[in-house]
Amino acid sequence: MIDMILFGVFPYVAVALAVAVGIYRYCFDRYSYSSQSSQFLESRALFWGSVPWHYAILLVLLAHLLAFLFPSAWGALLGAPGRLYLLEVTGMALGVVSTISMLVLILRRVGNARVSAVTTTVDWILLVALLIQVATGVFIAITMRWGGFWYLHTVSPWLWSLVSFSPKIQYLASMPLVVKLHAVNAFFLVALFPFSRLVHVVSIPLAYISRPYQLVVWYRQRNQV
Amino acid sequence: MNIRAQVSSVFHLDKCIGCHTCSIACKNIWTDRKGSEYMWWNNVETKPGTGYPTKWEDQQQYKGGWEKKGSDLQLKMGSKAASLGRIFHNPDLPTMDDYYEPFTFKYQDLTNAPAGNDQPTARPVSMISGKPMKIEAGPNWDDDLSGSNIYAANDPGVVQLSEEEQQQMFAIEKMVMFYLPRICNHCLNPACVAACPSGAIYKRGEDGIVLINQDKCRGWRMCVSACPYKKTYYGWTSGKSEKCILCYPRQEAGEAPGCFHSCVGRIRYLGVLLYDADRLAATAKLEDAELAAAQREMILDPFDPQVIEEAKKAGIATEVLDAAQKSPTYKFVKEWGIALPLHPEFRTLPMLFYVPPLLPVLSKETQGIHQLADGFFSSLEQARLPLKYLAGMFAGGNEEAVKEVYRKLIAVRIQRRKITVNDLADEEVAKAREIAGISAETIEAIFRMTSLTSIKQRIVIPPMLREQAVEAGMDPEAYKQEMGFGKRQPPKRRW
Repeated sequence: MIDMILFGVFPYVAVALAVAVGIYRYCFDRYSYSSQSSQFLESRALFWGSVPWHYAILLVLLAHLLAFLFPSAWGALLGAPGRLYLLEVTGMALGVVSTISMLVLILRRVGNARVSAVTTTVDWILLVALLIQVATGVFIAITMRWGGFWYLHTVSPWLWSLVSFSPKIQYLASMPLVVKLHAVNAFFLVALFPFSRLVHVVSIPLAYISRPYQLVVWYRQRNQV
Repeated sequence: MNIRAQVSSVFHLDKCIGCHTCSIACKNIWTDRKGSEYMWWNNVETKPGTGYPTKWEDQQQYKGGWEKKGSDLQLKMGSKAASLGRIFHNPDLPTMDDYYEPFTFKYQDLTNAPAGNDQPTARPVSMISGKPMKIEAGPNWDDDLSGSNIYAANDPGVVQLSEEEQQQMFAIEKMVMFYLPRICNHCLNPACVAACPSGAIYKRGEDGIVLINQDKCRGWRMCVSACPYKKTYYGWTSGKSEKCILCYPRQEAGEAPGCFHSCVGRIRYLGVLLYDADRLAATAKLEDAELAAAQREMILDPFDPQVIEEAKKAGIATEVLDAAQKSPTYKFVKEWGIALPLHPEFRTLPMLFYVPPLLPVLSKETQGIHQLADGFFSSLEQARLPLKYLAGMFAGGNEEAVKEVYRKLIAVRIQRRKITVNDLADEEVAKAREIAGISAETIEAIFRMTSLTSIKQRIVIPPMLREQAVEAGMDPEAYKQEMGFGKRQPPKRRW
C-alpha cells in the first residue's frame, strides 16, 4: 500500500503540483520568479559552491534524462566496456562534485550572517532535500555498481509506466531502501519546484543569444501619428 | 533618418553645492524600504574622490560599458555566450562591500540599559543580519574629503595623472574639489539593456527612459556589472534589479522628477532631444576622443523643417516637437555646446550632460592685493584641476573639447563682469568672446538660463500622451476599484 502511494500516486501528485502551481505562479505572480541570488551579499564561497554545483548537477540530470528517454540508445552507448567505465567514473565524479559543492552552499548559508538573513524555511527544506538527493545518488553509484545499466531495466520502465498511466510499482518496490529514497525524494523536489526558488530552472535565458543587444518598447503603433 | 525623442538632462556643476537634497528626495520616494537601503538612484559624489560604489569609474575592475572588438562593439564583460556561461556566478558583480553595508544603531540600549557608572551606548548593527557590525563605509563616505590620500588619491581619474600633476593637485593652497551628482544616464546605447539575459530591461521608445520590467527580471545581475556608471542595483531581498526610472510616473503627470524638483541649487535642466537612431551604431564605435563631439553631432535641430517633417513621419507628436524646441538641454548641449557627457569613452552614449565646473582661479593674490590673473587663457591652462583630469571625465581624454567649453564659460563671466562691475575694457571682453567663438547675445542667453530661470524654463517635460497611447485602447472599467497602475504588490519575496 505504502509502495503504491509512494511510487504510483505521489509522482502524479508531484508533477500535477509542479505544473499547476508553476503555471499559476507564472500567471499571477510572475514577479516572484527569480534566482534569488545572494552573490551580492557573499561572492567568494558562492563561486566554489554554485559553479561546480550547477554544471555537475546539469550533466547528472542530463544522463538520467537521456537514459529515461532513449533507453535503447543509452544501452548501446554503454555496450562497450571502455565507454561503460568512462561514463560510470564520470558519473561518480560528478556526483561527488555536486555533493561537495552542495555542502559548500549549505555551510555558506549557515556560516555567513548576511546570507542566512535572506534564507527562508523553504530554502532550508530545499537545500536539505537536494543534499539528500545527491548524497543518496553517490551512495547508490558506489555501492550498487553499473547503475547506468540497471537503471535501464528498473527505473526507466517504471518511469515509462508512469507516463503511460499504468504504474508498475513492482520495479521500485523490490529495490533497496536507498534507491526508493532517491526516487521519492526526486519527486519531492519536483513537488517543491513551484513553491521554492527552484522555479528559476525554467528561466534559462537561452533566447538571449539570438536577440539584438538593444530593446526598445513602444506604447503607440509606429508610423501612426 | 530614424528620428527619436529622448528626455535628457543637464546638470550644471558650477551650481551644485553638494547638499544631497536630491538624494534624499529620491530615497524618500523610491528606495526607502528593506532591501534598497544601500541604493542611491541619485547620489552626489565629491570629486576628486573614489565615489559610489568605490572606484566605480575603474572599468579594469568592474568591466562595465562597451569595448571595440574588431569592427564591432561588445560588452566589456564579454560576449553573450560567455555571459551565459557565467550565469551561475558572475565574476564581475560588485558585492555589498563595494557599496556599503546598511546599518542602524541599537537605540533602545540607550533607554533600556540598567543603571551603572558608564554612559550607555547605542551599538551599530547591520540592517541585513541585525548583528553588531563595524561601520567601514556608508553613503557619501568620502563626502568633502577631496585632497585626502585615501580617497582623492585613489580616484581612477587622478591615478592616470603624472606624479607632478598629482602633487600639484594636492598642494594645500591649490586643493580643490567639486560635486558630481549622478543619476541613471538613460543612455542611447545602454549596456544594462544589452546585458540582460531575460530581456527585462528596455528603453521606452517615446521618451527613451530605460526601465526594468520587474516581472521579467530573474535576478541574473548582469546589468549591475554591465552598467559602467553602476546605476542598476540588485535588491537583495526581492531578488530583482532596480534603477532610476527618471520619475516617469511624475513626468506623465507633468511633474518634474523628484531630484530635479527638489534641487536647491537649481542645477538640473530637463528637456527633449531629437536624435537620429540610425547613427547610433556608427557613433558608438568612434575613437574615445571623438565620442563627445560625435554624440553632440547626433542630436538634431528641432527647428529644421526637414527634421520636423522626418520626426512627424516617425510618429513624434507635435506637442513633443514643441517641447523639443523649448528644450533647455538642446540649448546647453547643442546650441551653446557647453555641456558634456560623463565618461563618453564607456560608449553607452549617456543622455545626461554636465556643464563642467569652472574651477580655474581667475584672480590671484599678490602682496595682499587681489587682481585678475593676467591673460585669462593662460590661467585656464594653469587651472587648479588639471585639464587632463576633466578631459578624462567629460571628453574621453580630449582636452581640446573641454577647453572649448571653458573658453565659453570664461567669456560668459568676463562679459557679465563687464556689465555688473564694469572694471574691464571692452577690448578684453571682445577678445574673450572671439577666443571662445561666442556672441554677446548667446552669452546673455547662457547667463539667463544659468541664473534667472523659472522651473518651467529649466524643466520642460514633453506631454507624454500616455492617455492617448495606452488608455485609448483600454476598457475604462478595467481597473475599477483597484489602485494606481492596477497592480500593487509589495516589492519583497513571497515564495
